[in-house]
Amino acid sequence: MEKTPSKPLLEVENLRVYFPVKGPLIERLFQRNKNFVHAVDGVSFALKPGEIFGLVGESGCGKTTTGRAVLRLLDPTSGSIKFEGINITRLKEERLRLLRTRMQIIFQDPHASLNPAMSIGRAIGHPLKIHGLAWREEDVKKEVLAAMREVGLTPEEQLYDMYPSDVSGGQKQRAVIARAMILKPQLIVADEPVAMLDMSIRAKVLGLMLELKKKYNLTYLFITHDLATAKFLCDRIAIMYLGRIVETGLANEIYTDPKHPYTRALLQAIPIPDPRKRSPKVLPKGEVPDAVYPPMGCRFHPRCPAVLPTCGWEGRDFVDYLEERRTDLEKAKVDEINLGPLELWRARGLAVERPCEPEKIRAITEYVKSILNEAPTPLAQAVERVKNVENKLVIEFRVPDPLAPKEVERRLVECLLY
Amino acid sequence: MADGESIGIVGETGSGKSTLGKAVLEILPPRTKVSGHIFFHGKELSHLDRERIRHIRGEEIALIFQDPMTRLNPLMTIENHFVETIREHQRVSRQEALARAETALASMRVPKSRIQNYPHEFSGGMRQRIMIALALVLNPSLLVADEPTTSLDVIVEAQILEILEDLKRTYKMSLLLITHNLGIVAEVCDRVAVFYAGKIVEIGSVDDIFNRPIHPYTRLLLQSIIHLSTKELHSIDGVPPDLVSPPSGCRFHPRCPYAQPVCREKIPPLEQFRPDQLAACHFGKDFL
Repeated sequence: MEKTPSKPLLEVENLRVYFPVKGPLIERLFQRNKNFVHAVDGVSFALKPGEIFGLVGESGCGKTTTGRAVLRLLDPTSGSIKFEGINITRLKEERLRLLRTRMQIIFQDPHASLNPAMSIGRAIGHPLKIHGLAWREEDVKKEVLAAMREVGLTPEEQLYDMYPSDVSGGQKQRAVIARAMILKPQLIVADEPVAMLDMSIRAKVLGLMLELKKKYNLTYLFITHDLATAKFLCDRIAIMYLGRIVETGLANEIYTDPKHPYTRALLQAIPIPDPRKRSPKVLPKGEVPDAVYPPMGCRFHPRCPAVLPTCGWEGRDFVDYLEERRTDLEKAKVDEINLGPLELWRARGLAVERPCEPEKIRAITEYVKSILNEAPTPLAQAVERVKNVENKLVIEFRVPDPLAPKEVERRLVECLLY
Repeated sequence: MADGESIGIVGETGSGKSTLGKAVLEILPPRTKVSGHIFFHGKELSHLDRERIRHIRGEEIALIFQDPMTRLNPLMTIENHFVETIREHQRVSRQEALARAETALASMRVPKSRIQNYPHEFSGGMRQRIMIALALVLNPSLLVADEPTTSLDVIVEAQILEILEDLKRTYKMSLLLITHNLGIVAEVCDRVAVFYAGKIVEIGSVDDIFNRPIHPYTRLLLQSIIHLSTKELHSIDGVPPDLVSPPSGCRFHPRCPYAQPVCREKIPPLEQFRPDQLAACHFGKDFL
């Protein structure tokens, strides 16, 4: 196929992958609105031929799901994926198989990616047979031995007949790389290829990947949680958080001057192996929320150290604030007396409400207003009104400002600060 | 290990670092062959009877693991975990135990309102904090932490490490931190012991070990870490040895680029090379 070098090898646009939540059967039968894990929720990026593009994020951010959807190992819910200009989003399996020789994947766990009952040599040669590229045993073996030499699995004649359990983790990962390489692919999705290897071996495997890349002008989609490895290896990087890309740009620019508060937090959190560089950190609070109910507005807003009143404050943020107050035993005592259990509160989108007996409603409203004064300023300022409706106390938050990826100094950032 | 000191035990998979942690708590599997001595506040642990050990474990030496669910019972509320642990060791009323549980949980920023919840109702980081609160509720003087943050993401990991540092400062607690992550050791510990194939190859202050390492394994291990300022990849040739039949002499000699015939023949003793730095290498002084 003819193609100009500037054309992207892979183009992902507005990719969404939702997984249905598997609850108990009864719930599934009677629930009208099905719940979904919003694993990937509107992700766009493009890979130029020959570049290493890093998808970086914590567990549950959707990076692995994105990698699998790109190869159609998972069916996307919506959006489009183009490989060498061909839209493969809904391509049928038979036609997809032809393309699969050109896009391969390396998984995180080399122990799980090799069949324990298949010798190393047969495993590496297996794709040739599946795709009908070589049939005669001696042809397959010749290619396999060459691939083994290429990835440093030597002495190759000896290792050919060994089983995965006979070799080390590093050797297994080399075998997995050889198996991916034997089809001479253009694109390799590498999903945490060194995360399970010991430090002293990691460098070797990464070095091998770089060598192969240079030799065959491969394109890598490198998926990792490890920012240091991504920085070393990647040309460009996309930082993912809870199903969205929050920042995309050149690796060294992102590392020297991160724009998104989440990127900043991630970089600051990495432990530095130099005791002279110890310094206090400003860390985001809490943990990554549930992807079944992602936060409104910017998904990072409940944890963001730089959050604004317009970032997406909603009803349940108030309940979270009440809960956080209960980690302070003094406040917990007073709150318990004045407000009772947290379970009384019901969050509904932008609003949160609780029933109140008519004779208490004024006192409770006053108390809620007083603790809102003690709340973090952005949350307090996002409250539009506190009102009483039919024996209920209702707090309403303002509608968040619209959020979209924006170009900031040669990169894309999805944040209202810019 | 001094009072209030924190020592990091670093090493690769299978280097014996977790086994060391278990030995300190006397929780090695039955029929394990153990020799040598462990003294705790001057008392030799292996000389104590089971009842006494049980008392020390938990009350004076506490342990936290990588996976909080190995410590938390899925069928028990958080409240009951605390009440049971406290009353197992001390004769206090349930009321008193509960009050202590609330304080311990609050110091780990676990909301009081969730004390009736079960372990599965918490997030990974919160569970880890509950386990730490549970380990510390009896005010132990030594905390053994075996890969306490390995299954956590980097931000939550940093949050937990911050908590551990606070605890060290506030309670003057000693910390034995077992990890494969050298970055964590550099941030949290005063001293560090480097394990290789079941032996300490080097031990010293974090400053000495990270900036002036002596043993070739320590030097190569530090070089192999990929950190934000890595410009070039380094690795160690070969693989860690099989400990059923470890190499003769210095166990690192088959992988050591500086190995000499003597390294194969003689086991190098752990020798002092700087006021606070010991290494087990025949050629240690060449690396000063």
